[in-house]
Amino acid sequence: MSVEVGHFALILALFVAILQGSLPMLGAARGNASWMAVADQAALAQFLLVAIAFGCLMHAYVVSDFSVLNVASNSHSAKPLLYKIAGTWGNHEGSMLLWGLILVIFGAAVAAFGRNLPPGLRARALGVQAWIAIGFYLFILFTSNPFERLDPPPIDGNGLNPLLQDPGLAFHPPFLYLGYVGFSMAFSFAVAALIEGRVDASWARWVRPWTLAAWTFLTCGIALGSWWAYYELGWGGWWFWDPVENASLLPWLSGTALLHSAIVVEKRDALKGWTVFLAIVTFSLSLLGTFLVRSGVLTSVHAFAVDPERGVFILALLIIVIGGSFALFAWRGPQLPAGGLFRPVSREGGLLLNNLLLSTAAAAVLLGTLYPLLLEATTGDKVSVGAPFFNAVFLPLMAPLVAAMAIGPLLPWKRGDLGAALARLWLAALAAAGAVFLGWAVYDGRSAMGLLGFALAAWLFIGTLTDLARRIELHAVSPRTSLRRALGLPRAAWGMTLAHAGLAVAIAGMTASSVWKEERVQVMRVGDQVTIGGYAVTFAGAGTQPGPNYDALVGQFAIARPNGSPLAVLTAEKRYYPVENQDTTEAAIRSTVAGDLYAVIGEPQADGGYVTRLYFEPLVPWIWGGVGLMVLGGVVSLTDRRHRVGAPVRQRGRQPVAAGAGAE
Amino acid sequence: MTAVAARGLMRRLPYLLPLALFVILAGYFWIGLGKDPHEIPSPLIDKPVAAFSLAALEGRERGFTSQDLIGQVSLVNVFGSWCVACRIEHPFLMQIRREGLVPIYGIDWREKDRQAGPLWLAQHGDPYALVGDDPDSHAAIAFGVTGAPETFIVDAKGIIRYKQVGPITAEVWEQTLWPIIRRLQAG
Repeated sequence: MSVEVGHFALILALFVAILQGSLPMLGAARGNASWMAVADQAALAQFLLVAIAFGCLMHAYVVSDFSVLNVASNSHSAKPLLYKIAGTWGNHEGSMLLWGLILVIFGAAVAAFGRNLPPGLRARALGVQAWIAIGFYLFILFTSNPFERLDPPPIDGNGLNPLLQDPGLAFHPPFLYLGYVGFSMAFSFAVAALIEGRVDASWARWVRPWTLAAWTFLTCGIALGSWWAYYELGWGGWWFWDPVENASLLPWLSGTALLHSAIVVEKRDALKGWTVFLAIVTFSLSLLGTFLVRSGVLTSVHAFAVDPERGVFILALLIIVIGGSFALFAWRGPQLPAGGLFRPVSREGGLLLNNLLLSTAAAAVLLGTLYPLLLEATTGDKVSVGAPFFNAVFLPLMAPLVAAMAIGPLLPWKRGDLGAALARLWLAALAAAGAVFLGWAVYDGRSAMGLLGFALAAWLFIGTLTDLARRIELHAVSPRTSLRRALGLPRAAWGMTLAHAGLAVAIAGMTASSVWKEERVQVMRVGDQVTIGGYAVTFAGAGTQPGPNYDALVGQFAIARPNGSPLAVLTAEKRYYPVENQDTTEAAIRSTVAGDLYAVIGEPQADGGYVTRLYFEPLVPWIWGGVGLMVLGGVVSLTDRRHRVGAPVRQRGRQPVAAGAGAE
Repeated sequence: MTAVAARGLMRRLPYLLPLALFVILAGYFWIGLGKDPHEIPSPLIDKPVAAFSLAALEGRERGFTSQDLIGQVSLVNVFGSWCVACRIEHPFLMQIRREGLVPIYGIDWREKDRQAGPLWLAQHGDPYALVGDDPDSHAAIAFGVTGAPETFIVDAKGIIRYKQVGPITAEVWEQTLWPIIRRLQAG
C-alpha cells in the first residue's frame, strides 16, 4: 500500500464531506427525505476513506518507509513495533489525521446507530459534523500533509522523541482525541437544534450518551497523560497547570457541566439555552486546546508543533466554527421556549449550582492560561501564570462544589428540603470529622488545606453511599429486598454513584500527595542510607546497561523497613537515546495503599556518587484508582438501556420497582 | 427606543455576550500569532556592554576584554565544555569563521576544570578571535546570560544589539543574525 493511496483517499473524503455538508442540509430545510438520507451514506463513506488514509500512513510507519517525509522525521528502524505504530500519531501531521479519523468514526456511529433519531435532526447534525470535517481535511491537506514524499529517501529516520516512547503516552492521544472529538457530537446536535429552533427532552436524550462517551474518554485520556507525566518526567508531580494540560482540563470542566445540565433538559425541560451554549463551548474549548498547543501562541513543556502558518489556518477555522456557532446562538437562542420553573433548593437547583461552579472554574482556568497572551498583546510584558494562581482560584471553587455534590442527589426535583437532606448526611459529617482526625494523626505537617481536602473527600464518599442506601432502602426493608433493588437500579444511577465516589477517592489522593509529599535530593554513594516515608532506602550502586534503542544508567535502591527488615530492590533508570541525542528518566516506584516511594537516579559525580532524588507521595495510587472508578461509572452509565441509541425510550418519572423488573 | 424594544434587547443580551467575548479573544489571538513566545527580551539590549576583563585560557597569551569589542561589529558566543547544545552549534561557528563574515569572541563559561575549555577547543576546533575564561560569570553577568549557548551581536560602539538564546542554526543565521550583522556593518 503506498501513501499516495492514502493521500487520494483523504482528498476524496473532502469531497464526500462537502456533499454531506450541503445536500442533507438542503434536504432538511425542504423536507426532501432522499436528500437527507445522503448524509448516512456519506458519513459511512467518509469513515471508510479516512480509515484507508490512516491505514496507509500507519503501514508506512510499520514498514519504516523513509521515503515518506513524516516517517523519516519521526520514526527510526531500530524502534520497537509498538512505538512505530504509536509514531503514526506521535507527531503533528499524524495526530491531525487521527483527529479526523475519530471525527468520522463518530459520524459513522450516528449514521449506523442513530436510526430512530428524527430524520431532520440526524441529517442536520451529520451536516454540521461534515463542516467540521471539511475544515480539518483542508487543514491537513494544505498545511500538514503527512503523505509528503522525500527524495532521495534517507537511510534511516530521525526517531521519535524518546519521552513519547512509553506505553502511557502511546495511548494518551487517542483517548484524549476520542474525548475532544466526541464533544463534536454534542456540538453538532446543538447547532442542528438551533437551526431547527427546537430543544426538548428527546433532544437531550440523544445528546447525553454522546456527551457521556466523550467525557469518559477524556477523563481516561487526561488520567493517562497525568500518569505518564508522573512516572516519566521524574519530577514526582502529576499535574503542573501547564497550558497543554489546561487545554484538556477546560473541555473536561465544561463537558462535566454539560453532562449535568443535559439531565435537567431531559427530566425537567429547563436550562435549554444554557445547555446548548455549554455544548458549543465544550467543543470550542476542545478546538481551542488544539489551537493553543499547535499554533505557537503559548509555550509549554510539551507542545510539539510550533508553526505560525498553521496557526493562521487554525485561527480561521476557530473563527468560523466558534464565531459562527455563537452568532447562530445569538440569533436563534432567544427564540428557544423557556422551560419549567423550579425552586433554588431542588435537584435542578443543585445541578445549576454545579454548572455555575464548574463553568466559573473553567473560565478561571481559561483566563489563567490565556493571561500571558492577553498581557503580551496589550503591554508587551512576558509573564507566566503558574500553579499558585490556579490553586488559589480553582480550589476555592471546587470545595463548595464537592460539598454540594453530596447534597444534590438527595434533593427531589422541583422543590426540596435542605434541612431534611442535611439530616440524612449525619454519617457523612461524622466521616468528615473522622477523616480530619486521621489526617491529623497520620501526617506530620499541619495543613488546614490538607485536612479540609480529607474532610470533603470523606463527606462526598459517605454522602454518595448514603444516597445509594436511600435508593435501595437499606435498613427500611429486608436485606434481600435491598439487594434486589440494588440490582434493579438503573445503570445510570450506578454510574453516578461510581463516578461521585471515585472523585471522592481521587480527592483524598490529590490532597495527600500535594500537601504531605516528602522530598529528599542528595548525592549518594554505595551504602548510603536515607529515611523517607517510613522506608530506609539504601543506594546499592549503579551501572550501565544497553537497551533496544538506548543506553541506560541503572541505579539500584534497596528498600527496607526502618527496623532493617528488607522489602525490595528498586531499579531506576536514566536512558540515553543516541539517535535523538536525548535523555529520559524512568523513575522506580513502589506503590502501596499508603503511597508511592519514588526514586530517580541522576548524574554521576566526580567522587563516585550519584545525584539521587527520593520522594514519598502519600495516597497517589488513590488518584488513579479514583479516576478509574469515574471512568467505570461513565462506562456503566453508558450501558443503561435508556441511553442506548435505538432503544425505545418512554420512561416518565422514577418507578424503582418497574425499572427493577425491566433491567434484569 | 420603546420599552418593548428595550426589553427585547435585554432578553437578547445574554445570548450575544458569548459572541462578543469570542470576537475580543480572536483579536488577541491574531496579535499573539505574530509573536514568538520563545523570544525572551533582555533588558540589556541597546545598552553598552559593562566593562569586563577575562583571563586567557590555560596555555594562551591573551584573554578577552570589553575593549576588544570596540571598532567592529562582532559576535560574542557563550559556551562551555559541559554544554551539550554548544557542541551542536559548534560546526556552524567554525563555518562562520572560515567564511570570515564577522569576528566571533568566545566566553568560556563556568568551567570547573581549567583544562576542560582548551581541551574542548583543541578537539572540536577554535572559531574564536579571542577567548576569555569566565569561571565566575563576570562577563556572563555583563551580558545578562541566562544559559549556554547564547550569542550576542555587539555593534562597533560596544552596544549589545541582539541576543540569541540557544544554538545558532542555518535558519537562525540566515533569517535573523546575518541580516542584523549586515545592517550594522553597513553603518
